[in-house]
Amino acid sequence: MRASTRTVPSERVAVALRVLGVASLVGVVATVWLGLFVTPPDEFMGNLVRLLYVHPPMAWVAFLAYGVASLASLLYLWPRTRSERFDRLAGASGEVGVVFTGLTLVSGSIWGRPTWGVWWVWDPLLTTTALLFVLYLGYLALRRVPGEFHVRARRSAIGALIAFIDVPIVYLSVEWWRSLHQAPTVLNPTTHKTYVHGSMAWTLLLGFVSFTLVYTWLVAHRYRLAELQDAQDTEGLEIALAERRAEAVGR
Amino acid sequence: MLRDAVLVAGKDLRIEIRSRVGLNQIGPFALAVLLLFGLALGPDRRVLAPASAGLFWVAVLLSTILGVQRSYAIESVDGARDGLRLSGLDPAGIFLGKAGAVVVQLLVLETALAVGVALLYGARLSGALVLIGTCVLGTFGLAAVGTLYGVVASGLRIRETLLPLLFLPVVSPVLLAATKAWDEALAGTPGRAGGWLDVLAVFAVLYVATGIVAFGPLLEDG
Repeated sequence: MRASTRTVPSERVAVALRVLGVASLVGVVATVWLGLFVTPPDEFMGNLVRLLYVHPPMAWVAFLAYGVASLASLLYLWPRTRSERFDRLAGASGEVGVVFTGLTLVSGSIWGRPTWGVWWVWDPLLTTTALLFVLYLGYLALRRVPGEFHVRARRSAIGALIAFIDVPIVYLSVEWWRSLHQAPTVLNPTTHKTYVHGSMAWTLLLGFVSFTLVYTWLVAHRYRLAELQDAQDTEGLEIALAERRAEAVGR
Repeated sequence: MLRDAVLVAGKDLRIEIRSRVGLNQIGPFALAVLLLFGLALGPDRRVLAPASAGLFWVAVLLSTILGVQRSYAIESVDGARDGLRLSGLDPAGIFLGKAGAVVVQLLVLETALAVGVALLYGARLSGALVLIGTCVLGTFGLAAVGTLYGVVASGLRIRETLLPLLFLPVVSPVLLAATKAWDEALAGTPGRAGGWLDVLAVFAVLYVATGIVAFGPLLEDG
């Protein structure tokens, strides 16, 4: 299968991407402004509660990204829907997912230190997230192994599904392991005795929306980059072939 | 499919019996790991004995990586891999055969390691049925994932570094469930291990099934 040679996105796609980029930027800036200056500090957690507006949205984007990567891998493996596009989408989404998993772990740790007194607890959600991080780092390493396009794509897609099957087993077994421990607190702000209401709820919602926009924007650009890379590889091969032919003729 | 599996497993095991790489290298490696854990945690048996289930399974996980690498190293010489591809054997059968051979070797190794943790860490091996059941179910899961990732990595130049990175995070539930099941058995409450055995069984079934489906395309590509 040859890489697509469509390298320049149509005018409409370029405009749409730019609009998306501006919208994500505005969304993130608004979230930061609302989160830091407009919303009130929490009764129990004080200013720490402001992490609520970025941490859960980051975690959501990470899980969304892995979901999209797995779906795209499945669509690539399915013969009737097999297309280079799904391989690139899986790769782009997986990469963005790993970045956001890293951010989730870091922001969670920063939140955990003053709240729980430690940087890390072996909570099911945290442990699963950390394992997901290494699981998908492995997936990215597998993707980076050079090879013919469809060989690499099929290998990566199977790798992504092997990882995906693992996620519920990891989560359930870790949860069971820690069953005596407190319930997952990260996505459930009510257990912090934090009442999300009014401006807080709106800011949290805006956080989710704008981080999702950022995700879409990053994936779109990463996808385009992959497309350009494939096109460049094909072009390089064609140039090399042409040179070789010219050599043979010149002799 | 099963006939092919028996053929492939028989071939792999015959090679191992004749070459003795497993006996001469993987066994001693596992023993070295046990000794190193002993050094890391100190000589106090009150520390070592409660940790022995976890240390046992970490040693098994690390040995599985070597076992899987060995299982594909024997296919890499003299075009053996092409021979396997052209043999007309069912790819699912090849997968089951290679995984089966790894299971047999790992079970032998686990027996030796169990004696090792009893002697070195002072673990009291009780609840034999749970211990054995955990070993069998856990090893099937480990061998299935290992064989599946082994064929992915085997044709690549970076296989030595890629395989552990892919393998270890995926089998983390096996480490967890097998360790807990052993903990219960060693603590004298094997009846409470049931749920963990279920986790191991589900894991093994899922990955054996994945291997049966996915092995063919991966073997062709490599």
